[in-house]
Amino acid sequence: MALLLTVNAFAKEKQHGEEAGEKDLKTEIKEYIAHHLLDSYDFSLYSYTNDAGEHKYVGFPLPVILWDGGLKVFSSSKFHHGETVAEVGGNHYALYHNKIYKTDANGTINYDADHHPTNEKPLDFSFTKNVFFILLVSIIMFLIFSRMAKNYKNSAMPTGFGRLLEPIILYIRDDIARPNIGEKHYRRFMGYLLTVFFFVWIVNLFGLTPLGVNVTNNIAVTLALALITYFITTFSGNKNYWGHIFWMPGVPTPMKIILAPIELLGTIIKPFSLMIRLYANITAGHIVLMSIIGLMFIFKNWIGSPLSFALAFALSLLELLVAALQAYIFTMLSALYFGAAVEEGHH
Amino acid sequence: MEKLMNEFSFGLFFWMLTIFILLVVLLKKFAWKPILDAVNEREEGIRKAMDAAEEAKKEMQNISADSERLLKEAREERDAMLKEAREIKDKIVADAKEAAQLEGDKMIQQAQATIESEKKAAVADIKNQVASLSLDIAEKVLKEELKDGAKQEKLVADMLSDVTL
Repeated sequence: MALLLTVNAFAKEKQHGEEAGEKDLKTEIKEYIAHHLLDSYDFSLYSYTNDAGEHKYVGFPLPVILWDGGLKVFSSSKFHHGETVAEVGGNHYALYHNKIYKTDANGTINYDADHHPTNEKPLDFSFTKNVFFILLVSIIMFLIFSRMAKNYKNSAMPTGFGRLLEPIILYIRDDIARPNIGEKHYRRFMGYLLTVFFFVWIVNLFGLTPLGVNVTNNIAVTLALALITYFITTFSGNKNYWGHIFWMPGVPTPMKIILAPIELLGTIIKPFSLMIRLYANITAGHIVLMSIIGLMFIFKNWIGSPLSFALAFALSLLELLVAALQAYIFTMLSALYFGAAVEEGHH
Repeated sequence: MEKLMNEFSFGLFFWMLTIFILLVVLLKKFAWKPILDAVNEREEGIRKAMDAAEEAKKEMQNISADSERLLKEAREERDAMLKEAREIKDKIVADAKEAAQLEGDKMIQQAQATIESEKKAAVADIKNQVASLSLDIAEKVLKEELKDGAKQEKLVADMLSDVTL
């Protein structure tokens, strides 16, 4: 099923690539990749140029929510994919590099010396494509797992899809939570660990489909996940945990003073590494995959396309593995940090 | 890093955090807790069932050993009872024999005594009858003899001649 979708993706990319015309193809591909990786204010699956030369988008708009001296809610269709200025309640907003700026009626954007826009940026709570997708995945997860839970009321054995999911749940419990956190405390963290594993995995898998949604390559998403891990670790830290951070036992006093700030910094670096690892792995995978697909349009000869196809195919398989692996690593390391936080002193 | 900062969208962060925390809370309540409870319960059940099976196996062994022992005991008891019964039977038979012997002897003795007394009575009766018969005969003979006077006189003479004075 995933393979089929990947092949579909190629077809769509191709369609898009062909209409790029004879302009600077390399720049075009680069921009397309960069654009693909970004969040967007509407849910567009793909775009094409019709015979009349109009740029058409297939998809639907999503609500834009701004806080700019009051709540402003309007449909992202007002931007016409960044081509026009949206006028809401006397204020004008324009899209520039996928960010909303407050402009005048003409959509003028002023730049500073480094070519950064100087226009005011309203506080943006827009229900973007990624938010939409996060919500969608959450709803799907809730439906699947609450149904699975209901099944257990009738029979002790899982039924249907639960038969596939139960071993994964048991794996997380028996091979991630129990050995890393310990028999006594692991139950408290199971809810978060299971949710984060399935969420990251499902979202990563959807990122590989041609739907064009890449949730985990947004630093905001990985920051949110890492921050939750950080707060759970910090708030469940016991005396032993804090003792090891501020007054490391078993080392000479001057060393203790040196170690304290390092250890304290370590508590922040750990979730920070979680955030960067997930973000970088998924982003890198997408960039490489799309670049290889892009090669097809640059070579334009009989070697290029099959080669690019074979490479992209192999890489897609690898990405399938990476999708699960990153979810596993995130869950595993979170469990490790929780384990350190609740570990009982044994001195 | 600047690219990262630039890419960072507070809106997405806010929504992600809100939705995800809500998801964790909801799933924990409606999915993970019931699922893990059910799985734990099942595992507990399996462990208990296996323990029970082990226990039952041991009990079975105990029971079979017990029944073996009981069977042996019962067999011994039966043998003892049979032996006792045989002894009792022999004793009863012997006793009966002895009693019968005694009774028989007694009856024979009684019979003999009866026969003896009957015999005596019979003999006595015969004697009486013989005596009366003899008397009758003697009477008849005398009557016949003494019918005529001559004979009476002769008899008296004979008798007198016999008497020696």
